Amino acid sequence: MPKLTIDGIEAEVEAGLTVLQACESIGIEIPRFCYHERLSIAGNCRMCLVEMERAPKPVASCAMPVGEGMVITTNSPAVKKMRQGVMELLLINHPLDCPICDQGGECDLQDQAVGYGLDHSRYMEDKRSVKDKTFGPLIRAMMTRCIHCTRCIRFSSEVAGVPELGATGRGEHMEVGTYIEKALTSELSGNMIDLCPVGALTSNPYAFNARPWELKKTESIDVMDAVGSSIRVDAKGPGVMRILPRLNEDVNEEWISDKTRFACDGLKRQRLDTPYVRRNGKLEAASWDEAFATIAAKVKDMDGSRFAAIAGDLACAESMTALKDLTEALGSTNIDCRQDGAKLDASCRAGYLFNSTIAGIEEADACLIIGSNPRLEAPIINARLRKRYLMGGFNTGLIGESVDLTFPYEHLGAGGDTLSEIATGKHAFAKVLKKAERPMLILGQGALMRSDGAAILALARQIAEDYGMVSENWNGFNVLHTAAARVGGLDLGLVPGKGGRDVASIVDGCGAGDIDVVYLLGADEIDTDKLGDAFVIYQGHHGDVGAHRADVILPGAAYTEKNATYVNTEGRVQQARLVVFPIGDAREDWTIIRALSDVLGHKLPYDTLDDVRQRMVAINACFAGDDQQTGGTWGKFGEKGSVESGGFASPIINFHMTDPISRASETMAKCVEALLGDSKGMTGTDG
Amino acid sequence: MLKDSDRIFQNIYGLKDTSLAGAKAIGDWDGTKKLIAKGREWLVDEVKASGLRGRGGAGFGTGMKWSFMPKEAGDRPVFLTINADEGEPGTCKDREIMRNEPHKLVEGALLAAAAVGACAAYVYVRGEFLREAEALQRAIDEAYAAGLIGKDSCGAGIDFDMYVHLGAGAYICGEESALIESLEGKKGQPRLKPPFPANIGLYGCPTTVNNVESIAVVPTILRRGAKWFSSIGRENNTGTKLFCISGHVNTPCTVEEAMGIPMRELIDTHAGGVRGGWDNLLAVIPGGSSVPMMPKALCENAIMDFDGLREHGSGLGTAAVMVMDKSTDVIKAIARLSRFYAHESCGQCTPCREGTGWMSRMMQRMVTGDMTIDEIDMLQEVTKQIEGQTICALGDAAAWPVQGLIRHFRPEIERRISERQSSGTGQAA
Repeated sequence: MPKLTIDGIEAEVEAGLTVLQACESIGIEIPRFCYHERLSIAGNCRMCLVEMERAPKPVASCAMPVGEGMVITTNSPAVKKMRQGVMELLLINHPLDCPICDQGGECDLQDQAVGYGLDHSRYMEDKRSVKDKTFGPLIRAMMTRCIHCTRCIRFSSEVAGVPELGATGRGEHMEVGTYIEKALTSELSGNMIDLCPVGALTSNPYAFNARPWELKKTESIDVMDAVGSSIRVDAKGPGVMRILPRLNEDVNEEWISDKTRFACDGLKRQRLDTPYVRRNGKLEAASWDEAFATIAAKVKDMDGSRFAAIAGDLACAESMTALKDLTEALGSTNIDCRQDGAKLDASCRAGYLFNSTIAGIEEADACLIIGSNPRLEAPIINARLRKRYLMGGFNTGLIGESVDLTFPYEHLGAGGDTLSEIATGKHAFAKVLKKAERPMLILGQGALMRSDGAAILALARQIAEDYGMVSENWNGFNVLHTAAARVGGLDLGLVPGKGGRDVASIVDGCGAGDIDVVYLLGADEIDTDKLGDAFVIYQGHHGDVGAHRADVILPGAAYTEKNATYVNTEGRVQQARLVVFPIGDAREDWTIIRALSDVLGHKLPYDTLDDVRQRMVAINACFAGDDQQTGGTWGKFGEKGSVESGGFASPIINFHMTDPISRASETMAKCVEALLGDSKGMTGTDG
Repeated sequence: MLKDSDRIFQNIYGLKDTSLAGAKAIGDWDGTKKLIAKGREWLVDEVKASGLRGRGGAGFGTGMKWSFMPKEAGDRPVFLTINADEGEPGTCKDREIMRNEPHKLVEGALLAAAAVGACAAYVYVRGEFLREAEALQRAIDEAYAAGLIGKDSCGAGIDFDMYVHLGAGAYICGEESALIESLEGKKGQPRLKPPFPANIGLYGCPTTVNNVESIAVVPTILRRGAKWFSSIGRENNTGTKLFCISGHVNTPCTVEEAMGIPMRELIDTHAGGVRGGWDNLLAVIPGGSSVPMMPKALCENAIMDFDGLREHGSGLGTAAVMVMDKSTDVIKAIARLSRFYAHESCGQCTPCREGTGWMSRMMQRMVTGDMTIDEIDMLQEVTKQIEGQTICALGDAAAWPVQGLIRHFRPEIERRISERQSSGTGQAA
């Protein structure tokens, strides 16, 4: 551990740190623009210059590794002058348009100009101006404001792994851009907005909507995929204005996917704000009492086995608890949370979790991906895989569609045959797994959704056991979910009980007339055309496919409108928080089911959120912890059987539209048009 | 004046045969095998003892630079990179070597590679030097055909390959780390140091980067001995040097002379004197565009070597002597240099990217006197904001000419400003 002196303070710091980090460790702040902990060091802004004894020139503290006996000065008049000098130079060509710049109030340049800038400008020449660039529908690129820190370039090539940005031109004429103008194709591109220290890259959908000091900031959890990224939801009045990432080293570090960030405008469209009842074939607005009465008339005194319930992908654990209890009270075992029909086994928790944890990916040394495209299903996890790849010594093999994962991998084969070859050790990649100390596999829903899903699950378990993926302190068996509700649903046991029907069977039963009433808790991904003459109760927040088919609609709350529990793919129990109140007459979801149960004469035994949560803990102890990842004990799961040879296909083709919220989002629609636009026969000269 | 027998470059004007046979006739490739056989340490020590300082401008000891190369590189190859991106305005020595004495460079490259344990040399030739690159390639082909380089070069038991790479005409690619970036196919921008190229250079491997002239003089030094080389010139400033004399002289030329020759003697003997006589001299830029200029008073007794010129607040740089007589608009001359640096700044780091443009614009106004007296001090301050605060030395190179102008010609600048103001078209004071 080298010792060095900083401003007269002796400090002993870890070897390999930079001078800037050493200064921070003893509480001395060094101004910077280009330096960022998670990106490579560029050393180009020169704001972090400090004096070093015996060095002929000032050194860039962000790039200088600490050495024994270094004497660093950060508070001398010379350093102050250097910072003022760099600040002045940064500002000479930066437009003075703070009043009309969206970064105002949260701008590094603005903040540091207050700290280190001069009080007037000495620059009397013409300022440089740069034509605005097109980075697609998400990012507004006002490149005149760019200070050339290259954070966005480094992010796109290092973290996102989609090197679409670069610098063209020299000197003053250097411009950051895509060279040939086009929309950025990374699923993580929005993070460049956060990284940009100035107003060059700002959020397009959020443009000119609010100032940061007007916003109410609430820390919450994302539900657009099963990662459960930590987010901060910024609201103004009754509207969610934007979503930003929150630091969480265990899950999303400080990145979020573009869907997480930009789909929030879907929260304002297509909303269900009042109960509806279908009368004479047409949905008509109704009161809660009318809606409940309509349901009661249908459900009361019916045979329980003719009732069924399906929980959707965005359902919170509280509402699923109430739905399960109500279904049981009605005497039905027809309940399922696996809308996509994945043959997941709820009996063994380790059998449906991402057991290695997301942070644990960094400890693995080989990875087998089965029927998944993590780039589309969970971009944050894909970024971790890429990060692990960049650390070196990490071999990845993929069985499924050959896709661009942003890092190199070996494409082993298309489907079942290859999986069987791995299991029997015939495939060359088996040697890689055998040699690895901490191998992992990622089992995607694309493999489990098939009719032979249970056999694939069993085969994956066998591979995990045979190749040493499961040991005392390492569990590399990972299921990658695509829905935020799924793990919570399985934890609560929302799977068919004895003699009960699963999703496919419920839908078939409806069509065949064996099921009279089906309760859809935000379930929009099933084929509603096949529900036949069944009486459909739809509870949810968006007028999506489920609501179109419904006979009664009960308006619920979206994830930003309720205090709700979600369990991510790792089995991490997390809380989403109420940011704004539900729209119109909509209510928090568990309270709707609780109220309905009273009308149906099966009053559920909880009146407060705490009561529901106690009930959840009673069902599964994992709900006792908040923000904790608890694994499950390894056991038997899956059903041995023959695996068909066909190829695996990822359940997500259109990344930007996977759930009712993102389907209602105008921004996501623009992304689809920009990125998948060629399917409409567009050419490069359009627009 | 340097004796003809002490000249290293016997054919620098291309009057004799430039092919391998011609090169051999003037002593190239003589006993190269024996020199290599003396071993790595001897080669490095001999160059160190000769006192040879890098001829590319910075004047860092060549032998010293070689000694930084790792003795054991592990499984990484070691590279020699030769900087032939001669971009410094006023400099025209490397192109003469490549045109007329390419075999000195090829032989030097082989010896330098033997000294640092390199398996290959990459010559990064300035994009405009098409004919020079051809001449060099011809010499390399001849050397390959004669078995002088390639597998078992000169029969000395080492394998050595040499490649010529043409740049695309960027001044910054003459900076060693930008040159490496450019060689790797990236945008030519200097790297942060540390790590230095000797540790992590071309393709992440240990690399030494030397100027063409530094490499080309090595064979003769080794053949005639370090003692001979160090006996020429002064201590710390030994040997001979190619001087490029241009500007307002009667016979501009590139000439090899002893280090430490007085400036006046150099100009009078080889360049036919200043146009209109020595008294018509206004100022000299003694070492390429990036060193501060020296007014006539300082030129009288100036000694042309690294330390001699530093005493006068300037530098030897690439030894490109640019002579300006009294007909010169010295402000306009420096303004042109400022424009050059603004154009060639790579744009990577803030002070240089923003500062060179600012300086250039102020210099353009200074040419017509369209500024205030206070702005001269401000300009001086701006140069200080750039100098020493950038990743590479281009910031310094851009700042120094302006500083030199203000230091020596402030009365001229003030005269021009007040003339403009009294004519009623200038800025209000």
